[in-house]
Amino acid sequence: MTGLLDISDVEVEYRSRGRGRVLAVAGVSLDVAAGQIVGLVGESGCGKSSLARVAVGLTPPSAGAVRFGGQPVTPLGWRRRPETETGLQMVFQNPYASLNPRRTIGAQLLDGVPATLTATARRDRVRELLDRVGMPATAVERYPHQFSGGQRQRLAIARALAPQPRMIIADEPVTALDASSQAQVVNLLVGLVRDLDMGMLFISHDLALVHEIADVTAVMYLGRIVESAPTRELWRNPRHPYTRALIDAVPRIGPTPLLPATLAGEVPDPANAPTGCRFRPRCPHAFAPCGDQPPTLDLGGRSAACWLNDPTLAPATVPAN
Amino acid sequence: MAPLLDVESLAVTLPGPRGPLPILHDVSLTVDEGELVGIAGESGCGKSITAQTLLGLLPAGARASGTARFAGTDLLGLDDRGWQRIRGAGIAMVFQDPTAALHPMLTVGRQLTEHMRVHLRMDRRSATRRAVELLDQVRIPDPERALRAYPHQFSGGMRQRAAIAIALAARPRLLIADEPTTALDVTVQAGILALLDRLRAETGLAVAFITHDLGVLSALTTRGYVFYAGRVVETGPTGALLTAPTHPYTAALLGARPHGTHAVGTLRPIPGGPPAPGEAPPGCPFQPRCRYAEPTCGTTPPPLAPAGADRSVACVVRPHLEEAAR
Repeated sequence: MTGLLDISDVEVEYRSRGRGRVLAVAGVSLDVAAGQIVGLVGESGCGKSSLARVAVGLTPPSAGAVRFGGQPVTPLGWRRRPETETGLQMVFQNPYASLNPRRTIGAQLLDGVPATLTATARRDRVRELLDRVGMPATAVERYPHQFSGGQRQRLAIARALAPQPRMIIADEPVTALDASSQAQVVNLLVGLVRDLDMGMLFISHDLALVHEIADVTAVMYLGRIVESAPTRELWRNPRHPYTRALIDAVPRIGPTPLLPATLAGEVPDPANAPTGCRFRPRCPHAFAPCGDQPPTLDLGGRSAACWLNDPTLAPATVPAN
Repeated sequence: MAPLLDVESLAVTLPGPRGPLPILHDVSLTVDEGELVGIAGESGCGKSITAQTLLGLLPAGARASGTARFAGTDLLGLDDRGWQRIRGAGIAMVFQDPTAALHPMLTVGRQLTEHMRVHLRMDRRSATRRAVELLDQVRIPDPERALRAYPHQFSGGMRQRAAIAIALAARPRLLIADEPTTALDVTVQAGILALLDRLRAETGLAVAFITHDLGVLSALTTRGYVFYAGRVVETGPTGALLTAPTHPYTAALLGARPHGTHAVGTLRPIPGGPPAPGEAPPGCPFQPRCRYAEPTCGTTPPPLAPAGADRSVACVVRPHLEEAAR
């Protein structure tokens, strides 16, 4: 089965004078089906935003391909986006930047509503959109600065919903929001996916949040997906040491203070990525085979790129989790 | 023994277009020597204004009343000279954004030694020696080389560790950390939390840790204060506060965070938003959003009253909250 959004072997390369060639995304494949939420987690600089921009067609990949509904996604240019691709929409981290401060909310929402409808039908659609995201109809005459951060993000979501998308890519959509508005926006997004049978790629550095909402979670480290599994299994039994380290670093609420586990070292510069397994210099379980890049091993409904999962190589004394 | 920091009935107003706007109301809090104290709440609740008051960094036109004593000194009565003696050497601060806190055009070494030379009157040589020690203490690899580096050459986590080293340079007794890990990744955050805890254990440093993340509050601190709309609404030992909250707002904040249960709709948003300064309702500020509110809640703000072992809560209803916090 191929998903609604099909990312295969995508690479993103940046060139800069000082650092030379930087492979921000080094061969990533990912599928998102209709009605499915795929969470993509990873730390800053791991390439998750670069991947999001490629997935939505904002930047062309330097290798690999992105297909949406079976058709290749054409990178955005100055022309109007082909009708078939308006079903692929994006929600950004910063709602202050994704809405135009000088135009009313109504005018901005109308931009996205198909021009083929009559004027009254289009205005009705705008009202429905506002209702859908829990905003009053009076918002049409107002400007973005008249709303709080959480409300603005809901309006940005309404704008993304205007062309009736089948797929939403949300890049850190709640990172800039407070705890209570975070919950409102997350519940809204999850509700939309369930009600409208959309697909969603939810990108976040907040592992606990992704755990809460995603059907499948993919973990990215230094441009590669190191592990991908149904969320519950990934959390219960991670098969890559980096996933384990991320889970253990999440601070938890308990009756006495308990410091989260720390991970040695720093994320290396992608321009000077380690040879072999890219996590090797920081990995507590690194052993001889890690000098070679581990393949993505199929572990039955899940996958991990770690030699510890290869029974012919892994020492019995070091469990993968 | 008197606490290191003792704030009582602190009130702060900022100038507004229609007269002074009340920002903090009747805030009392203490921090002991070597204690890790947490201050939690959403943006705009007064956490950062409290920190600014304690460092004499309030904007022009702000007025503070009440008392704030640090190691016997009355902070609110200090002049510029007095503040210079307190800042850095008595109370130091670490901010959320280390990029903004560090000077981009001075080496890390220069920024580290400046405090020591001014406050501790060290010569260049011994200041450099201590700078290397400090960088080593905050686990920055190759300290000698790091001294000659500029902030942009560091990663985000290293920059925040350098900012902590600079804050500690003049041997302060109290460190105020205002959301120091909010912009950082979880693995980097874990390192900073471990660092603060180690410094407390090794040097007796007291830390007031401001955060909106209740997980961080629980992992690091032993005692906590929950702020809402410029007031302390609940305080007590952090573990008890977060596992058995007595204020509906604390319970609501807990309900809004991920529970690790993986089921749709387990995040329970708090309806509405916090009131803007000057627009708080006459009674309990949380009353319009509170599912347990009763008519009496709308008349006067409830005082912070004792509620069990070392705990206080500003709520007159005191509903049973076991369900709500799960």
